[in-house]
Amino acid sequence: MSPRRTETGGRIDRLRTIRFTFDGAPYTGHAGDTLASALLANGVTLFGRSFKYHRPRGVLSAGVEEPNALVTVLRGEVREPNIPATMVEIYDGLVAVSQNRTPSLAWDIGAINQLGGKILSAGFYYKTFMGPVIGPLKGTRFWMFCEHFIRRAAGLGKAGTAPDPERYERMNAFCDVLVVGSGPAGLMAAKAAADQGARVILADLEAHFGGSANWSGETIDGMPAADWAQRMVGQLGGNDNVRLLPRTTVWGYYDGNTLAALERVTDHKEVAAKGEPRQRYWAIRAGSVVLATGSFERPLVFPGNDRPGVMLAHAAERYANEYGVLPGQRIALFTNNDSAYRSAVALKKAGAAVVAIIDVRSDISNEMRRMASEAEAELLAGHAVVATEGGKALTGLKVQRFDAMSGSLSGDERSIHADSLLMSGGWSPTIHLASQAGAKAEWDPARQAFLPPKPTQRWIGAGAFTGSFSTAEAIAEGRAAGLQAAGGAASSAPLPIVEAVPGDPDPAPVFEIKAKGKSFVDFQHDVTAEDVRLAHREGFVSVEHLKRYTTLGMATDQGKNSNVPGLAIMAEALGKPIPEVGTTRFRPPYTAVSIGSLAAERFGDLKPERLTPMHDWHIANGARMYSAGLWYRPMIYGLAGETVEQAYVRESKATRESAGIVDVSTLGKIAVQGPDAAAFLDRVYTNMFSTLAVGKARYGLMLREDGLAFDDGTTWRLGEQEFLMTTTTANAGKVMQHLEYFLDVIWPELKVTVTSVTDEWAGAAIGGPKARVILAACVTGTAVDNATLPFMGIVHGRIAGVPVMICRLSFSGEMAFEVYSGAGYGTRVWEALIEAGKPFGLVTYGLEALGTMRIEKGHVTGAEIDGRTTARDLHLDWMLSKKKPFIGSAMMDREGLIASDRLQLVGVVALDNRPLNGGGHIVEELDEANPHDSLGHITACCYSPALGKYIALALVKGGKARHGTRAFVSDPLRNRFGPIEIVSNHFYDPDGSRMHG
Amino acid sequence: MLITCPYCGPRDVIEFTYQGDGNRERPQPASQDLDAWNAYVYDRLNPAGDHNEIWQHSGGCRAHLRVVRNTITHEILSTAFARGGHKSTENRAEGRS
Ligand SMILES: [Zn+2]
Repeated sequence: MSPRRTETGGRIDRLRTIRFTFDGAPYTGHAGDTLASALLANGVTLFGRSFKYHRPRGVLSAGVEEPNALVTVLRGEVREPNIPATMVEIYDGLVAVSQNRTPSLAWDIGAINQLGGKILSAGFYYKTFMGPVIGPLKGTRFWMFCEHFIRRAAGLGKAGTAPDPERYERMNAFCDVLVVGSGPAGLMAAKAAADQGARVILADLEAHFGGSANWSGETIDGMPAADWAQRMVGQLGGNDNVRLLPRTTVWGYYDGNTLAALERVTDHKEVAAKGEPRQRYWAIRAGSVVLATGSFERPLVFPGNDRPGVMLAHAAERYANEYGVLPGQRIALFTNNDSAYRSAVALKKAGAAVVAIIDVRSDISNEMRRMASEAEAELLAGHAVVATEGGKALTGLKVQRFDAMSGSLSGDERSIHADSLLMSGGWSPTIHLASQAGAKAEWDPARQAFLPPKPTQRWIGAGAFTGSFSTAEAIAEGRAAGLQAAGGAASSAPLPIVEAVPGDPDPAPVFEIKAKGKSFVDFQHDVTAEDVRLAHREGFVSVEHLKRYTTLGMATDQGKNSNVPGLAIMAEALGKPIPEVGTTRFRPPYTAVSIGSLAAERFGDLKPERLTPMHDWHIANGARMYSAGLWYRPMIYGLAGETVEQAYVRESKATRESAGIVDVSTLGKIAVQGPDAAAFLDRVYTNMFSTLAVGKARYGLMLREDGLAFDDGTTWRLGEQEFLMTTTTANAGKVMQHLEYFLDVIWPELKVTVTSVTDEWAGAAIGGPKARVILAACVTGTAVDNATLPFMGIVHGRIAGVPVMICRLSFSGEMAFEVYSGAGYGTRVWEALIEAGKPFGLVTYGLEALGTMRIEKGHVTGAEIDGRTTARDLHLDWMLSKKKPFIGSAMMDREGLIASDRLQLVGVVALDNRPLNGGGHIVEELDEANPHDSLGHITACCYSPALGKYIALALVKGGKARHGTRAFVSDPLRNRFGPIEIVSNHFYDPDGSRMHG
Repeated sequence: MLITCPYCGPRDVIEFTYQGDGNRERPQPASQDLDAWNAYVYDRLNPAGDHNEIWQHSGGCRAHLRVVRNTITHEILSTAFARGGHKSTENRAEGRS
């Protein structure tokens, strides 16, 4: 039996020994222990080093609010940092390490920062690094230089670099009543609502339901409160309409009574059961919510209050009663309220010596005096702790006479020998979720606490959350809340009877003892009372500014302990009452949430993939695939030993010399049908479609309402009232929504329907001098000669017995045809075309060659239609009809959109024969050290086999006027500088003789 | 946030796409009144309170809805099909849905 473990008591299973390691040293604990309780039982006092000063820190609390004892849990290659040791359930093989220390927890070189305390005071980072010039280095550059070292020395835990192999799940849940918190109030609420027949979810962030009943030592209905709680849980668990969610933190309260929760499904297990995710993200839509989230005990602010061995009073009580662990053998308590007296008695009963109760109040009730005697503790009323002693563990403390009204100390210091100091600075209701739900907390001067606001959403509070700190009140409020939430009538049936020590719930309004030494307000971010006053002296008045300047309450615990003491000290400095200083609004998440749980199935196996009908063929034939949005498309069909550049050069050369074929199934395809289809397209496109003959296609351009270019593509007239529109791959969804919006909202009188048919058609584009003979070799049922199938003509025929639709249009600049067939027959048609092409040297080509040939032709894509360019900028003004209005026609001629110095599409040739980069800037004068005066930028680039040069498309100021002039590319990020020539974007076959044939 | 689609019933906001301010009035297609076009494309009331909005049930029936939503509380005050006009209506909904 370890030195600090009591013989009996608690809910741990003393028959089961669990083995784990902390900082590499082996320890044992029992089933039911947290890492904190197990380490305390082993006599460990030092849990971590503080953030800024690297001061030794122990464990302050027993729950989710823990600011000090943060650890990193290692599972294989994966490390999860910044977990409170109080929230880690131990399991066999658990590996945990402390944080923020170099090289070890006991010997930490960073502790030297303690000597430099003045330098690292409030605002250090802002003052030093956001300032003006320090020598040759600007403040921000100096920061960039130092950041690496400071982050390493002052960081919290280190995140891992290995990918997270765990699986996460998302669940949507619906209920009539969600109860958050399972203390006596929450249990009563859940039971009352369930008895009304309501669908109830009961969530608690702890592993065991019961809340304070598990450690209060009180009696409910004649049995220990912990047993009563287990009986209630048993009854609830037998109900079909109740879902129990232990280890589940409700972390966000959103609009429409939607709440987010994180269930830690297997974090406490050595091995997960088959199919279990690591964590589960719950999106809960609740008819009503009962907030029974309890309260946090506050630390007192006094010199040395962060020394290992200083702990919250209730936490020690909890360790003793719930885990059978004593935080020390000689215990002193320091309080401003009655609740610590119960803790004193509990620890005495558990076997510790309680040497003193130091109370800032001079007027102590007889009831509390009697309890002090019961604990056999010396009662020092009207006293305060002014110092603590010891290094990595507490050895003693100093007390002095204290006047609670004036805050002044008097008389001689007296030393008290103790290895544990427990403090209680009053209680703050855990109002985070209510605050997230939208309303402002109200200060209660009696409780010296912020109480929950009036509900702005459908929630009802119960128990300590409302400031009703006694268990009897919690039970009454819980039942009332449960009934109300479930729509039931109030009940006059007798309530469970609570036997508890009475106590005054109101503390003395004392938050800080001003004496010499560092008094910590925010333990995790190392913010002292003096830092808060310094911020005030430097002119920070608003609580929001104070928070940012001192970083008070901005650590991973979000100030769960420090909020109210920090405000109280600020209020005093300002000479204002606390409610006038205000409180900050709490925002989600209540505790840290893993990114994995938010991504859940959207990452990994269940992420959707869009594959073209010919996908398997591409894979089988050596394509290297490229992901474009959700689509996968062949990038190149590389031969052995070929680089990407060699492959696309070969593919595009072969296409221009004989023929090439590319999968274009990803193009957006929309069926536009109905009596007004042609009229609709006239409004949607900048050019005319009503004049298009049946069996012909036309290239179309769409603008946005503001007159900027939106999307382009060809649209085929298949019948008088039937069109097949194609869009760019990336914009398929956007164009569809655009059309639907206009038909549904703006022009509901038009008789047109639009249907997305992208997935219904397989498309193959075959181009090159031999394309027509290849088609002729395999197409039946139609001729494909120039008369039957002229440029932009459409014919219907069959390939390999499959009905196909063929349109003669070109993106590559060669004579080319797009062959569409039903998606299910795509591969069959594709293979027939490949077979027919064999005698003619047909190659398959991918996105790289497609891009190369379109750059050579100067065609635009999404890189140029970037939401900032107009039709004129892209030299597409020939497509702007003057005969009719269209979407964007009224706005496209605005002054700024027709200015001569706008960025215009040009071609660029590298004069140094080196590759160009997308995003590289074009400048008139090259200045590598201090790049400036960009004329524009490169949008797409390649090696052009047709020209034998590295070329690019670019958007350049007043571009057309610069044709034939020289400039420079300036790309400091990739260190690419060099001379270029600006030319027309039509590099290759500018008069189109090849595609017209 | 739940939006009640007249076809599909109450659905989560993730099924919907915001399609802009419902107070916009589009000029006649042939209008050359640049001020009117400018107002349509750019001018927004941006009220702190009840707001007429167009939402598309893009993850459902794809109908466009006229939604009155409170921009402070995110309460949905009414929903109706947008089809049948795009005119500005009173900025206060007749009744709560
Ligand atoms: Zn719908």
